[in-house]
Amino acid sequence: MAIHVTHELHKRRFSRNLGLGLVLAAFVVLVFALSVVKVTRGDPMKGYDHTPSAGHLPRVDAEPAAVDSGVQP
Amino acid sequence: MTDISTFEQPKGLPHEAGFGDYVQLLKPRVMSLVVFTAFVGLMVAPVSLHPVEAFAAILFIALGAGASGALNMWWDADIDAIMKRTQSRPIPSGRIPAGEAAAIGLTLSCIAVVMLALATNILAGALLAFTIFFYAVIYSMWLKRWTPQNIVIGGAAGAFPPMVGWVAATGHIGIEAVLMFAFIFMWTPPHFWALALFMKSDYSAAGVPMLTVTHGRKVTRAHILGYTLALVPVPVAAAFTSIGGPLSLAVAIGLNIWFVIGAFRIWFRPEAAAEADGYKVEKRFFAFSILYLFLQFGAFLADVLLRPYGIGGW
Repeated sequence: MAIHVTHELHKRRFSRNLGLGLVLAAFVVLVFALSVVKVTRGDPMKGYDHTPSAGHLPRVDAEPAAVDSGVQP
Repeated sequence: MTDISTFEQPKGLPHEAGFGDYVQLLKPRVMSLVVFTAFVGLMVAPVSLHPVEAFAAILFIALGAGASGALNMWWDADIDAIMKRTQSRPIPSGRIPAGEAAAIGLTLSCIAVVMLALATNILAGALLAFTIFFYAVIYSMWLKRWTPQNIVIGGAAGAFPPMVGWVAATGHIGIEAVLMFAFIFMWTPPHFWALALFMKSDYSAAGVPMLTVTHGRKVTRAHILGYTLALVPVPVAAAFTSIGGPLSLAVAIGLNIWFVIGAFRIWFRPEAAAEADGYKVEKRFFAFSILYLFLQFGAFLADVLLRPYGIGGW
């Protein structure tokens, strides 16, 4: 005859395990979603290796040609 | 003899907590207030976060509040066991060991602070860390058992969430965030002292120096009126900032009138009359104070959300 685990203690233990499992799963999903949002927006890449990529630097428009004399500062 | 007899828990072994017991440890009712005010703080900010970031920010602010609640329960387990209102909490009722509650509180605090900083910005994470420290150490460990002003100063812990929400979105502390903080800070004393008026025996038995215990009820009633009057200009001022509008102002004026009338009624009431009707007025004032906070923050939110339609805001 099979042993049926029906004691209240097991129900409580099961609720705890199930709850914790769901919380951990939700946390994994949240961290994944946050990573996707951050990466697709490019946030962490802006200062990668302490060197901002040229694409993320503010654009300098309409620089007068006369200033660019070819002489290095 | 049946198989089930083998599963009987021997006496002397610690009680095994269910998931609900751990949820209770995080003070879910307090957390609901934190979630709401932090949500409003985040939503009324001029910078909008990505929905996933906003959700994560609210979640980790709530988790930080829950963690500080667990630390508070761990520290106050001795007085919680004496007070009727708190006897059924997980630690005094023996469902969760005190040490386990402390470990959970510390672990969740670290997770909440680090994750909030990563999800939004460092300042928001630091502010959340300070909030947890303020509630667990400054209020629970120091002020609560030392001074009748515990509620006044300790109220700052409950006032931080909307500011953390605002900082999570903007990255800086603006005047609006300060006013939201000041609003809850000034609201807390009348709210808790009204509760203390009809829970006096509880605090007295536990040796907590509530104003009702140290200075008597007459003084407490005067303090409720004083702090209520001091509270009045705060939501009115907030209604004139970028988070307010005509709706916020109307709600602030309307609610303030009711709140001040309630405070005056409490102040005028003789103790004998209060005891005779079971502290009806005080209980109603306490219940209204919760509604007052929710409605005022709801009005700030409504003003900002309705602004694109030309209805809310200035």
